[in-house]
Amino acid sequence: MIPAAFDYVRASSAAEAISLIGQHGSDAKFLAGGHSLLPLMKLRLVAPSVLVDVGRITDLSYIKDAGDHIAIGAMTRHMDVEKSAVLAQHAPLLAHAAGYVGDPQVRHRGTIGGSIAHADPASDLPATTLALGATYVVQGPNGTREIPASSFFHGFLQSDLAEDEMLTEIRVPKMNGAGWSFQKFNRRAQDWAIVGVAAWRGSHGSGVALVNMGQTPILASAVSKALAGGASIADAAALAADDAEPSPDNNASVEYRTHLAKVLVRRALEQASA
Amino acid sequence: MQIQVTVNGRKHTSEVEPRTLLVQYVREVLELTGTNIGCDTSSCGACSLHIDGEAVKSCTVLAVQADGANITTIEGMATADGTLHPMQQAFMENHGLQCGYCTPGMVMAATSLLKEIPNPTEEEVRIGLEGNLCRCTGYHNIVKAVLAAAGK
Ligand SMILES: Cc1cc2nc3c(=O)[nH]c(=O)nc-3n(C[C@H](O)[C@H](O)[C@H](O)COP(=O)(O)OP(=O)(O)OC[C@H]3O[C@@H](n4cnc5c(N)ncnc54)[C@H](O)[C@@H]3O)c2cc1C
Ligand code: FES
Ligand code: FES
Repeated sequence: MIPAAFDYVRASSAAEAISLIGQHGSDAKFLAGGHSLLPLMKLRLVAPSVLVDVGRITDLSYIKDAGDHIAIGAMTRHMDVEKSAVLAQHAPLLAHAAGYVGDPQVRHRGTIGGSIAHADPASDLPATTLALGATYVVQGPNGTREIPASSFFHGFLQSDLAEDEMLTEIRVPKMNGAGWSFQKFNRRAQDWAIVGVAAWRGSHGSGVALVNMGQTPILASAVSKALAGGASIADAAALAADDAEPSPDNNASVEYRTHLAKVLVRRALEQASA
Repeated sequence: MQIQVTVNGRKHTSEVEPRTLLVQYVREVLELTGTNIGCDTSSCGACSLHIDGEAVKSCTVLAVQADGANITTIEGMATADGTLHPMQQAFMENHGLQCGYCTPGMVMAATSLLKEIPNPTEEEVRIGLEGNLCRCTGYHNIVKAVLAAAGK
């Protein structure tokens, strides 16, 4: 399977990438690791006329301690997120979740920025960064803006990004020793989650987000609210699907997904509280 | 578009269409057909090769993305005099293959894994090879081979 023909240009900086995307119009797309985009192009589900390769913008590949948060460049690969000592110390939930993305070959190519920009509700890192209360930094022709993860995802593969905007940085608040858990339920190794849960719980509150439980990654706010109000883990987990709108597919019905979400949130909270 | 790559130690300069997949380039332009295409959908790992020492699925990389890279395919694993790479030798000795279709990808993924985890446990080998499917062996002897190669 070969993608439809396209023109290919390379950017060496975010500013150049944005200007190239602007020049080529709405039919152009950024190419990061290519591990969501190329499979879609090979199936001819999408056929952009121009690809702007941002994969060589090496100064957007970094993981830095920035005081109260960790700043991660959008072009940082999953494997580098997984292996990062800084994240292991300050945001271990994210490093751990990155190790569940696809398989090692996928993690050698795919990037955290590509994963979030793609806005697939079945992806692991959009939900994980949502649970952690991350902020995304986006650069466009008129400068940069910061978008909280909680208002970034609009629908299936739809985000707040304008066509000529590039995600450049992901800011993840330090977890300050909070307990955490990542639960990914699938039937075969390497598969996407049928349902997944990213959760943390500490002295300053909790965060729970769901993978593949709706058109976007879902923040299970009802669970955190219940916990803050003193509810038991079992009672809070029973509210896991309250904010979700799951769809059926070959793997799972709505009822099964709803059941899974409750079970996995309970397990996650038990592990995070242990 | 013109690309320049080093494949198994040899420099190549080629003119490719941007949509050319790396696996297609390696097989059809360089005629290195050891890298197999199994699923063509990023799942099976048969097309695994190394870009700058790390295993990737070459059916999901454009040749233009590999411009300037150092690529190793299964043909580059044995030495010039035909001495097998320790991983290939271990697959042979441990009966880590039957039909052999998955084997080039398995060997490339396994050598990349040992670079990242030099002394893996059995579980780490199984998880580390989750991107590579084998329809014949049931994996046991593949895992044995990788553990044997790690011991060398
Ligand atoms: C076999 C396989 C299994 C996988 N399994 C999983 C899994 O279990 N869990 C999981 O979460 N993911 C999985 N993935 C997806 C993987 O995580 C991708 O790497 C990721 O979703 C996309 O990142 P990328 O860098 O490859 O982006 P690309 O494919 O290059 O781009 C994806 C989209 O985002 C846009 N884009 C990319 N970067 C930016 C940016 N900085 N700013 C604005 N727009 C941008 C592109 O234009 C494109 O539309 C799997 C992929 C494969 C091939
Ligand atoms: S052919 Fe590339 S992963 Fe199967
Ligand atoms: S040996 Fe036949 S597919 Fe693995």
